[in-house]
Amino acid sequence: MQSSLSSPPHASSHGTSNRAAIIWAALIFATMLTWLVGERGDAGPAITALLMTIAFAKGTLIILDYMALRRAPLMWPLIALGWMLLVCSMIGLAYWKGLAA
Amino acid sequence: MTPLSASNSALETTARRLPGDLAIWFFILAELLAFGVFFVVYAFTRANHVELFNAEQLTLDRTSGAINTVLLLTSSFFVVRAVQVAEAGFSRRAAPWLAAAFACGAGFVVVKIFEYAEKIGAGISLSSSTFYMFYLSLTFFHFMHVILGLVIIAAMWNGARTGRYGPDNMNGIETGAAYWHMVDLVWLILFPLIYVMR
Repeated sequence: MQSSLSSPPHASSHGTSNRAAIIWAALIFATMLTWLVGERGDAGPAITALLMTIAFAKGTLIILDYMALRRAPLMWPLIALGWMLLVCSMIGLAYWKGLAA
Repeated sequence: MTPLSASNSALETTARRLPGDLAIWFFILAELLAFGVFFVVYAFTRANHVELFNAEQLTLDRTSGAINTVLLLTSSFFVVRAVQVAEAGFSRRAAPWLAAAFACGAGFVVVKIFEYAEKIGAGISLSSSTFYMFYLSLTFFHFMHVILGLVIIAAMWNGARTGRYGPDNMNGIETGAAYWHMVDLVWLILFPLIYVMR
């Protein structure tokens, strides 16, 4: 019995060059936004929520498209996105704890 | 094998598929777990030393951090293009994309070395403060992953150059690509967490 991994040619998991380029542009735009927040010295719970949301959104693009987990067995994108969500949420929680201290 | 099971296995080949070697994905999960723990420990330690962390964060060069983010993202884009080109059956055409990805990764290393040199020149070390201990150890842990990633990209470049990859042989290039994107992914949290959040 052959495994599906050794049965080429497989369906493409890697999308098109246009899609990859648009995602790159979105990632760069999001990075500029994060940098701008830093340069302005913006702070506070809303800004931290914004920073973590941007990080999560960027991570989602990397995980689903660049890592090509969009077409992987569901367990894999769920684990990666779950990790991203958990870490960003814990950072947010720690920030909130710092405010209360 | 019955005709039904034969058609099922044919379907499987076009259904959901984990790119690259299964082993690299377990390695990536272990890495994500390690980085995740470090990030959360940093965040909760910061919660107990907010003033110190906010004051010393101002000594970091955010622009260098942002430039390095752009370099890693651009490098990841180039790796995606290399994988796409190889998948289309043009292994040798993937080589220049991988060379460009390597150049961006090397650019990251150069920027980081300048950043470290500036800090070391200012007398900052692991024992200077809790903040600098975290800044230096977390970024250096990531830096070592970038170095390993560059070695992997160089191996992929060599494979592409010799025509190794194609639609029927994607395992090597997909495995290396997955690792490189993981290095990118953790930096996407590290940059706002250490350089920007205050």
